[in-house]
Amino acid sequence: MLKINQLHKSYAIGDSSLHVLKGIDLSVDKGEMVAIMGSSGSGKSTLLNIIGMLDEADSGDYILDELPIKDLTEKKAAVYRNRFLGFIFQSFNLINYKTAVENVALPLYYQGMKRKERHELAMFHLGKVGLADWAKHLPKELSGGQKQRVAIARALAANPKLLLADEPTGALDTKTSHEIMEFIQSLNDEGKTILMVTHEEDIANMCKRIVRLRDGVIMEDKRVEQIRAEQYV
Amino acid sequence: MFDLDLWREIFQSINMNRTRSLLSGFTVAFAILLFTVLFAIANGLQNTFSEAFVDEAANSIFIKSGRTTKAHKGLQAGRRIQFKNEDFDYVKEEFGDKVEFITARIYKNVNATYKNEQSTYPLRAVHPDHQFLEKTLIQSGRYINQNDLDNNTKSVVIGRLVEEDLFIKKEALGKYINLNGIPYKVVGVFHDDGGDNEERIIYMPVTTAQRIYGNNDYINQINLTYNPEMDYDQALSFSTLLTKKLKNRFSIAKNDQRAVRVRNMAQGTKAISQMSFGLTIIILVIGFGTLIAGIVGISNIMIFIVKERTKEIGIRKALGASPKSIVSIILIESILITAIAGYIGLLIGVGVLELVGPSLEDYFIKDPGVSNSLVIGATATLIIAGAIAGYLPAKKASKIKPIIALRND
Ligand SMILES: Nc1ncnc2c1ncn2[C@@H]1O[C@H](COP(=O)(O)OP(=O)(O)O)[C@@H](O)[C@H]1O
Ligand SMILES: [Mg+2]
Repeated sequence: MLKINQLHKSYAIGDSSLHVLKGIDLSVDKGEMVAIMGSSGSGKSTLLNIIGMLDEADSGDYILDELPIKDLTEKKAAVYRNRFLGFIFQSFNLINYKTAVENVALPLYYQGMKRKERHELAMFHLGKVGLADWAKHLPKELSGGQKQRVAIARALAANPKLLLADEPTGALDTKTSHEIMEFIQSLNDEGKTILMVTHEEDIANMCKRIVRLRDGVIMEDKRVEQIRAEQYV
Repeated sequence: MFDLDLWREIFQSINMNRTRSLLSGFTVAFAILLFTVLFAIANGLQNTFSEAFVDEAANSIFIKSGRTTKAHKGLQAGRRIQFKNEDFDYVKEEFGDKVEFITARIYKNVNATYKNEQSTYPLRAVHPDHQFLEKTLIQSGRYINQNDLDNNTKSVVIGRLVEEDLFIKKEALGKYINLNGIPYKVVGVFHDDGGDNEERIIYMPVTTAQRIYGNNDYINQINLTYNPEMDYDQALSFSTLLTKKLKNRFSIAKNDQRAVRVRNMAQGTKAISQMSFGLTIIILVIGFGTLIAGIVGISNIMIFIVKERTKEIGIRKALGASPKSIVSIILIESILITAIAGYIGLLIGVGVLELVGPSLEDYFIKDPGVSNSLVIGATATLIIAGAIAGYLPAKKASKIKPIIALRND
């Protein structure tokens, strides 16, 4: 599904430069559920953003579904993001003046899907996250957990190959976190490949594999026995 | 090209962010309102100027005489110059086809009576060409003709208001009017665009007046129009030559400015057209100034809007929005706000003019208004202005990097 080779990334800070990723090697197969862990500032988000084509690496190879991702034009990156990737963010990142269903339909709009069709599909995904009744509500009328569900429905709407989540439970309380994790696990059960950044051990243990970053390199990469979230719900 | 969904996106964004849309719209509406009113006022001023001259042909030359101020060729200063028929004939013969129309004028004031009505009017004794020089419009009957001149007929042509004053709703044509005790036949009634005073005048044949008032061949003034094919410089050199020849004829010193005075309307016309041109330039400068201020204003607000929407634009990009679609959203929003607000400003401006326009005539502003073509032009300008105003912000928006926009901190 995804193969990364000797990936480097540094940020310029004033005159000096901050070397964040110092040669990452990582490959993820279809159907995996991987947690990326590490202390704050260790480069987890940076790695996820590069995988998500929101940012570009300085050097190294990145192949996504047999497609080399290198020197993409903005236009091409937009198409790839739209077709291959679904994003879930810590702060939900819903558009505040759009209703739940309009938010979910947005990636479909950028696919060029007809209005009626995309509304139906968006409603279907909202139903899957259990929010069909909240379709006409604005984000500010939803709880944190509900917002994240809308965001997940949006990430799923375009049926991406890879789901990228940056601390999806970071802004939620424990109970809601577990509900969200339960849903994400069910997506993985259906075969969706998932990459998730987290710094919480219990969340990471709900994945099937944990990759630990430190000082810009992968310090540990191990498979774990997945802890099911439903037992806490 | 027409993408209903794109428009829906834009309308939603305008509608959901009404305050900022209103705010940015207000700048443009105000600029256009100002522009419309200024433009109309300038237009009104121009109308006033050009109106002041519709009365006389633009290629008129007036020749008057006075007393000499300088001794010349043994003749003393203070000598009175009196034009006579032979001088009129001289000018007519000497300059041939350089002269289009020519007439003499004798001025008198007469006491006119018809039945029980009476009043005093200025009288002008003229040649037939006078009709064309003064742009006199015959309403009924005819103007003074050559036959009148040849036979010294006691015919007069009276102004519309003379008829109104003396004949009180009755037809004057064919009736006899009494001028200082002598009856004259009214052979024509005229009207004139030059205002009320121009319609309270009585015309009679120049020869008749000479016979009745002093039995001489004196004339007060010679009016002519030069050949309209002459350009400004030719017209000026024509009047210079005319002056020179007349001074020669009456043995007047070259530098005597009073004995013979030749006034060429071309100079006035030129001054007016230069003034109009200057006014147009001022309008354009003011107009473009306000327009640019409006563009800069909306551009600033749009940049602010883009900044405010950075996160949203980042989200859209993460979801697969192409740079082009981001540019479209911002650009069309800018155009839409500019066009709608500008149009509102225009309508208010026109409304204000309708309301206060008539009362401005006292301030030399006549019929202030904006033409249809200006409205259409302004609309096109607004759309272009909106595009210019939106360009920078749109470019800025399309360059937003999604990671920067989506950073949590
Ligand atoms: N755009 C940027 N410019 C400069 N420094 C950055 C930028 N993005 C991240 N960094 C720095 O790179 C390091 C790694 O950041 P990040 O990947 O967000 O860490 P994590 O997600 O693991 O907390 C941090 O020190 C952060 O300050
Ligand atoms: Mg992070």
